[in-house]
Amino acid sequence: MTSTALRSRAWKLLEMVTTPLLPSDYLDLVSPLRAGADLRGRIEAVHPETGDAATIVIRPGRGWRGHTAGQYVRIGVDVDGVRLWRAYSLTSPANRSDGRVTITVKAISDGKVSNHLVRRAKPGTLIQLDQATGDFVLPQAKPAKVLYLTAGSGITPVMGMLRDTEFDDVVMIHSAPQPQDVIFRDELHDLVADKKLRLTEVYTDTHGMLDIARLDGLVPDWAERETWACGPAGLLDAAEKHWSEHGVPERLHTERFRPSIVVAGDGGEVTFSTTGKIVGADGATPLLDIGEKAGVLMPSGCRMGICFGCVTPLKDGAVRDLRTGEITEAGPGVLIQTCVSAAAGPCDIER
Amino acid sequence: MTAIDPTAHLSAEQIEELGRELDAIRDEVIASRGEKDAAYIRKVISAQRKLELASRGVLLFSFFPPAWLIGTAGLSVAKIMDNMEIGHNVLHGQWDWMRDPKIHSTTWEWDHVSPSEQWKHSHNELHHTYTNVIGKDNDLGYGIMRVDEDQAWHPVHLGQPLWNFLNACFFEYGIAAYDLELGKNLNKRRRKNPEFRARAKAVGRKIRKQVLKDYVIHPLLSGPSFLTTLAATFTANLVRNIWSHSVIMCGHFPEGVQIFERRSIKGETRGQWYLRQMMGSANISGSRAMHFMTGNLSHQIEHHLFPDLPSNRYAEVAVKVRALFEKYELEYVTGPLPKQVFSAWHKVFRLSLPNKKPKVKTPDREQELVAA
Ligand code: FES
Repeated sequence: MTSTALRSRAWKLLEMVTTPLLPSDYLDLVSPLRAGADLRGRIEAVHPETGDAATIVIRPGRGWRGHTAGQYVRIGVDVDGVRLWRAYSLTSPANRSDGRVTITVKAISDGKVSNHLVRRAKPGTLIQLDQATGDFVLPQAKPAKVLYLTAGSGITPVMGMLRDTEFDDVVMIHSAPQPQDVIFRDELHDLVADKKLRLTEVYTDTHGMLDIARLDGLVPDWAERETWACGPAGLLDAAEKHWSEHGVPERLHTERFRPSIVVAGDGGEVTFSTTGKIVGADGATPLLDIGEKAGVLMPSGCRMGICFGCVTPLKDGAVRDLRTGEITEAGPGVLIQTCVSAAAGPCDIER
Repeated sequence: MTAIDPTAHLSAEQIEELGRELDAIRDEVIASRGEKDAAYIRKVISAQRKLELASRGVLLFSFFPPAWLIGTAGLSVAKIMDNMEIGHNVLHGQWDWMRDPKIHSTTWEWDHVSPSEQWKHSHNELHHTYTNVIGKDNDLGYGIMRVDEDQAWHPVHLGQPLWNFLNACFFEYGIAAYDLELGKNLNKRRRKNPEFRARAKAVGRKIRKQVLKDYVIHPLLSGPSFLTTLAATFTANLVRNIWSHSVIMCGHFPEGVQIFERRSIKGETRGQWYLRQMMGSANISGSRAMHFMTGNLSHQIEHHLFPDLPSNRYAEVAVKVRALFEKYELEYVTGPLPKQVFSAWHKVFRLSLPNKKPKVKTPDREQELVAA
């Protein structure tokens, strides 16, 4: 017998020992970061960067496959007992010797996860991780000249790049409201002092928003540079237009942090994505009824919110609990009881 | 169905007002659900797993009598925790709000021969929706017992104390059979129904796994302790079964609990639904440890009003619910475990014998509404 066959036999036996649980249910108690476990990480430190931003040092589980500078990672954090998932850029270089990774988070107003991470997260906390992903990364072949164009927390993926790979000629334009809002300011200034970076800071509180027309003045050779831009949509839209108009759109790489804007109103268009049915719904009819009327096979039971037989993933949009009026927004792992939920705007139900 | 309807003094408006007050209690708990509650269930789950592991470990040496005793006691408690405070409540969706896929009603499987999927249907859906409605809620006597004066007596009922005792000993199998609705599905035609066969197969698979684990694998792993481990597991299952059967009997069988007729729930309002849950359930009073070991089903009344609120919150909810009972002059049926168990058994014995039909009927709530 081969060793893999032997191992799978042993595992089967172990499963019989632990049934109806899985061996991993027990192993998770002692070693949640082991190889073969669901990917998790442990917060090891939280370093404040500015008044409202902090860097979180994470020890990823053994299953972590590493990342490329500029990529982001989705993390699942329990905030007030509820698991919420968000994506953050990795700010650590790809091969940090201690195997840790960092994300840098800016607390946004009303941001449940960002505020929790910046102000309340404690070292030792376990979080859920996905593998790193995203194609906002550096090319294999080193470009001769580089421009980083960033604003606000858009600096985070670029910081990962700066820390990862040295180029001969790097210019960075970064805008933030005020000097004290510039995340990584000390480190950027050290790079400048070591002549590894030319930096222009734009303070929007005093200088106004960065106008792309000023680019010629700030970086005359911008069109020759391989450019990575990250920041608010307005800046990126302007940059994309500018680069296209000058016939060099391929030099520009952008990353958009798109906070999903959910319109929570009364009713909306409901998409049953598995069956492909799309129907309009008012804000008072349970989605269970809407689906059934549209001929979608909807699981159900008590039809009054007590049996949990109708629980279905909400893939997109928002729904309102007809009993409490509470709005639930879509996200990974978000399941709703269709018998007591109505559309609170356009939404997508996995049925 | 008692001769006198204990809710007759309430007007339709009062019943709806009662419903609104209960909704407010529910909303309060939902608004304050959070980190502490999540930490609670995680702690309970981890404690259960550790206790089970440790007990199984001790049982490896169960040829040594003290080890047998400790291991068996530990395993019994672990199995009770798995079924009661954890399994029952997770499968009610009480912890779904955490969005942790590992502690979720859609993914949970328990140490029980009835697959959780089937149990959720017969328990969450049928029993909790139609609580104590004769002919709709099979939990009333599990289809094998006569539990109300109004049910026709048959000589077969003479044996019901015995059935009930056997059901207690092998409760998990009783539940599995019950979830399959074996009684009505075993007739020739229904037996062939593919949907029924698939469910029966699932139960068979689950039983095989459970039996293999408890009575083959673990005893074999114990080597020289084979027989004593086997006996220990059998004992633990027996203890767990009798315990959960007792707790569950106390929920709806003791004297004072109301039973409803099918037609009484037609067009039932939310307030009336709540009222039926209040009158159809009974509590067990006792220490915190007792509440924990019953999976907080000692707060059966609160659980039936709010089956999806986290179990650790029932104790605080009970204070408010009880005040409402007083306000609306309703009887809050509760008592210590021995008293409630005795009361339920007493009923089982009493109703095994024929009785005269009561003369006065429960007023029909629907007719009353029409009249109002
Ligand atoms: S159908 Fe029972 S909870 Fe929705």
